Amino acid sequence: MVNPQRGDGRDRDWDGVRLHIVTGKGGTGKTTVAAALALALATGGRRTLLVECEGRQGLARLFDSPPLPYAERRVAVAPDGGIVYALAIDPEEALLEYLEMYYHLGRAGRALRRLGAIDFATTIAPGVRDVLLTGKVYEATRRRTTSKSTRTSPGDRTSEAPDDFVYDAVVMDAPPTGRIARFLNVNSEVASLARVGPVNRQAESIMRLIRSPQTVVHLVTMLEEMPVQETLDGINELHEFDLPVGGIFINRVHEPLLPKAEWKAASAGSIDLTALARGLKSAGLPAGDAITAGLSTEAADHALQLTIERKLRTQLRTAARPTYRLHDLDTTDVGRLYALAAELVDQGAA
Amino acid sequence: MTHLDVEALIADRGTKIIVCCGSGGVGKTTLAAALGVRAAEQGRRVVTLTIDPARRLAQSLGLQELDNVPRQVAGMKLKKRADGAKNEGELHAMMLDMKRTFDEIVEAHASPAKAAQILANPFYQSLSSSFAGTQEYMAMEKLGQLRASGEWDLIVVDTPPARSALDFLDAPARLARFLDGRFIRMLLVPAKVGGRGYAKVMNAGLGLVTGTMMKLLGTQLLTDVQTFVAAMDTMFGGLRQRADATAKLLRAPGTVFVVVASPEPDALREASYFVDRLVEEDMPLAGVVVNRVHRSTVPQITAVNALGAAEALDGEDGELNPNGDIDGALTAGVLRVHAQLLTTQATEQRRVDGFALAHPNVLLASARALAQDVHDLNGLRVLGEALCQPVAE
Repeated sequence: MVNPQRGDGRDRDWDGVRLHIVTGKGGTGKTTVAAALALALATGGRRTLLVECEGRQGLARLFDSPPLPYAERRVAVAPDGGIVYALAIDPEEALLEYLEMYYHLGRAGRALRRLGAIDFATTIAPGVRDVLLTGKVYEATRRRTTSKSTRTSPGDRTSEAPDDFVYDAVVMDAPPTGRIARFLNVNSEVASLARVGPVNRQAESIMRLIRSPQTVVHLVTMLEEMPVQETLDGINELHEFDLPVGGIFINRVHEPLLPKAEWKAASAGSIDLTALARGLKSAGLPAGDAITAGLSTEAADHALQLTIERKLRTQLRTAARPTYRLHDLDTTDVGRLYALAAELVDQGAA
Repeated sequence: MTHLDVEALIADRGTKIIVCCGSGGVGKTTLAAALGVRAAEQGRRVVTLTIDPARRLAQSLGLQELDNVPRQVAGMKLKKRADGAKNEGELHAMMLDMKRTFDEIVEAHASPAKAAQILANPFYQSLSSSFAGTQEYMAMEKLGQLRASGEWDLIVVDTPPARSALDFLDAPARLARFLDGRFIRMLLVPAKVGGRGYAKVMNAGLGLVTGTMMKLLGTQLLTDVQTFVAAMDTMFGGLRQRADATAKLLRAPGTVFVVVASPEPDALREASYFVDRLVEEDMPLAGVVVNRVHRSTVPQITAVNALGAAEALDGEDGELNPNGDIDGALTAGVLRVHAQLLTTQATEQRRVDGFALAHPNVLLASARALAQDVHDLNGLRVLGEALCQPVAE
């Protein structure tokens, strides 16, 4: 049954996508954007799972909740119903869970841990850790309700179909841009290393999901040179590995404060200081030379930043991907996530 | 707040290694390069070891290729020395090639035949080029090599963008633990004894484990791992020694850690974590550099006054502009920029003060935000300058 609120005729860019992988250069606000996206996707009575894989407990902090255990916990209720669940994946637990699920290895699992095999598998053995992280996300994305009764969600979302997915969408706060392609591609590497057996089969199914139209990789950036460069490099690399590129999320957008007519003069440091002094005096403010010079330097930096931002936006356009703008909000509370989610909904990202 | 005197730190001939660590996106790599330039221009023979520099920064240092060898950076402006002696400062820079570094260790520790065997092993190839922790091991290994060569009197090292904050500290210990563990001995058994003998050697638990591994990974991967481990066996002692030596080097006199942060909540939180870990592990922490802080030079006009005046000035009927002879829009715009800068500055200051309160014994320095990214030596000089500016009260 189609949720009436999803049939509102709004143009959404990622309908049909069930796995949203969010990457970005360190410091660009990747985790925050992933959380806002999960909230936006849950808007209107849907269920989303937000997954963190780097053991930083960043999600717990964002949602003001106690540290997340290795379990899916409800962390937020979206506008118009809808629930965001969060999960912090622990590779060790994921491995043991995996062994238990497929091999019922209670005793051997413990033996493995005692021997240091779990430690080996999750930290030393190449790629295994990344396989486990992507494997868990794969499992959550494809998980279906076992019976009708397990799916009782707010409003009209009680499902008729017995094989409904547990989550309408899964959002992964993934490793940073510099590592993302290799991280997602790890399963093909592992598949070629372990050429037979269940690990091989699992790795191949994960790659199939990641390369399917159900998955996209979004990139978070700010309008600064290095993050933008890294975003463009990241997109190229994703293409190279044949991984699906989603949207570009421009975080911490600033609105220009100077009148456009003044940008050029300001960035050239040639603001009319006499006019400025006159203006300051008329407002009853001090207007000495040091003050007008200082203010004009500040304005020059601002104008330069705007010019650079404009140039970078043009560069980002060459990637020909949908872009979304998120404003810099001077708060760190949960309310900010709702504000960002609303911006994403408005722009059709969810 | 106690001030970290970066200038004195790089001038001190006793400072031999500066390890820059911090979370991603705070400008750590650029800052490490700026420290290198400044120290060299003041007369030190410096090498900076960078892990994964942005292309443009690498170019600004004249690094075109990732070849794992220090290259001299041209274009230093050497400062005149007070005693009139010749300034012999030099800057060299290199980018880490982790696979090559690993290969070199293998070649140095194993017989040529064995080395060839290891280098060709699929498991080794994957381990040495894609395993996330290898970068940390190899960065520390390279640091050890640079130090041992005795060619430089200051090494500035930029740590890899760690997956978890202090991987480069934990990596050598983890390697050692793995090498000494039962698991590796278990892996060695089948390759050494082989065939039926192995059932006798193994206890039931081990058998179960190997069985499981076989089932999971397929026999071929396990065989690869076993031949790899067997081939590496002869050099384990060497590897362990190197891991221990690195751990010692990081605690030796002359090594200092500089934690880099930005005045953002996440970056400061990570910095807190770094600082606590370093102190806990008895590592020599020089202090914390808060990079990219905003500072206004016009404290005379407060944010509130600036915004109030801006409101009164702009608009058609700006009440302060009855004759229309004042450029209200210009002044209002400039004042809004100023107000925003002051607000940012105050927010950042509050965060940094909070950090200082939580870490009363940690020295702090800051570098102001530059209007644009660093692309060349001059940009690195400007950053170095900003970093070494004495604090204005």
